Amino acid sequence: MEYKAIKTSPRDNVAVAVQAIPEGKTVTIPDGNEVVANELIPLGHKIALMAIAKGAGIIRYGEVICTASEDIKPGDCVHIHNTIE
Amino acid sequence: MYFYGYARENGSYGVRNHVVVMSSVICANGVVEEIARQVPGVLPITHYHGCDSTREITLRTLGGIGRNPNIAALLIIGLGCEVCPASDIAEAVAPTAKQIEYLVTQDEGGSSETARKGADIARQMLQDAQQEKRVEASLQHLMVGVECGGSDAFSGITANPAVGVVTDRLIAEGGTIIMSEITEMVGTTHLLKRRAANHEVAKKIEAYINLGKEAEDWATGPQLLTRGIAPGNIEGGLTSLVEKSLGAICKGGTTTINECIPYAMKPNTKGLVIMEGDGSDIESMAGIAAGGAQVIIFTTGRGQISGFAGVPVIKVSSNSTIYKNMKGDIDVDAGTIIDGDKTIGGVGEEIFELMLKVASGELTRPEINKQNNFAIRQEGFHWPSLREMVERGL
Repeated sequence: MEYKAIKTSPRDNVAVAVQAIPEGKTVTIPDGNEVVANELIPLGHKIALMAIAKGAGIIRYGEVICTASEDIKPGDCVHIHNTIE
Repeated sequence: MYFYGYARENGSYGVRNHVVVMSSVICANGVVEEIARQVPGVLPITHYHGCDSTREITLRTLGGIGRNPNIAALLIIGLGCEVCPASDIAEAVAPTAKQIEYLVTQDEGGSSETARKGADIARQMLQDAQQEKRVEASLQHLMVGVECGGSDAFSGITANPAVGVVTDRLIAEGGTIIMSEITEMVGTTHLLKRRAANHEVAKKIEAYINLGKEAEDWATGPQLLTRGIAPGNIEGGLTSLVEKSLGAICKGGTTTINECIPYAMKPNTKGLVIMEGDGSDIESMAGIAAGGAQVIIFTTGRGQISGFAGVPVIKVSSNSTIYKNMKGDIDVDAGTIIDGDKTIGGVGEEIFELMLKVASGELTRPEINKQNNFAIRQEGFHWPSLREMVERGL
């Protein structure tokens, strides 16, 4: 099975899982990139497409939606546990 | 790029050529319905407003609907003692120079006599409207409303971003987009202000969104919120209020916001325009149509089926399951971004192409289904809610 995550803007550093992605699975982003999930990414949750340093913005829809509260690795799930508003 | 519309006297172009029979007040609805029974070719518009304290909202909304270029001719049926008389609506529509007539039931000898006279007028209007032919019109003459209703977790991933592509594309061609539903913009003031054409527009955006927040707080009551969003949103994967609202406002694309306009008022500029109003689907579409939009693009995740009286509504599903379950209600499936090999840009292109066809005469699903919904915005205090009455022991 191919796992897919959707990115809305070319600037985005996260993509949204359109089905649950189990740990270790490769995720395809429609722009052609791939990333391996470091943990389970539930449906509708975000996966980091690149390293995001603590204090850097999480970008979706081309806009900053919140800030990384710790260093985030490519493939990590990005949610309330590793971000601040 | 072009569409084929009906050239109106005032320089606008209709994408439909309706003869509308409209009530000025709830009490005249039966007469309007009777005329529509006798002359099935007309489009009846009835509502529950027109008296008591509703004069201004009724007059503004019905005046705007009457001026919409999709309406070739207008017959207004009044009662006589209402606060929003038929003659005032006729006067509001008069600057368009379209064919307008009105009848007052209390002056015409009652319901059946008014219906008989009205039916004769409507028949003549239909005859005259047939003389109108579609002509080539540039996209500068196209105004489109973007709306969402019955949203789901996919709306912000598929359908709404695809509509954002349509928005940017139409604006690049010189057209106009109206986006409303201010309640869904809460949390994005800083982002939308940055896109304002000038300081005045930026100030209005802030004031509108503050109003949207007030309305939301009032409607939902005290809630257990984290970061301004509900627990269900967080379980669904949303991390912040900004992210949630961006999922809705991405329908508005990425261009400059040229103007902020009050409910049911006509934009003075082209490009992207924000209209104040809440997220009630039909009332929101009424404001957009009264502002002059000839087409509305409506995204849905749960399968919201409504159309709007006189304005074609293009329905876009956010997921393929609802598309397959409700094929007869949906025009475009944006779920192919998830299940198929379509991209957001590709589906945006598909909606844009369909929009041009619809503007040139192709019927949308809600039109085929006769979903000619209509409602004027509710406002102000009327009577305590039933829950309050029980609490008061009344």
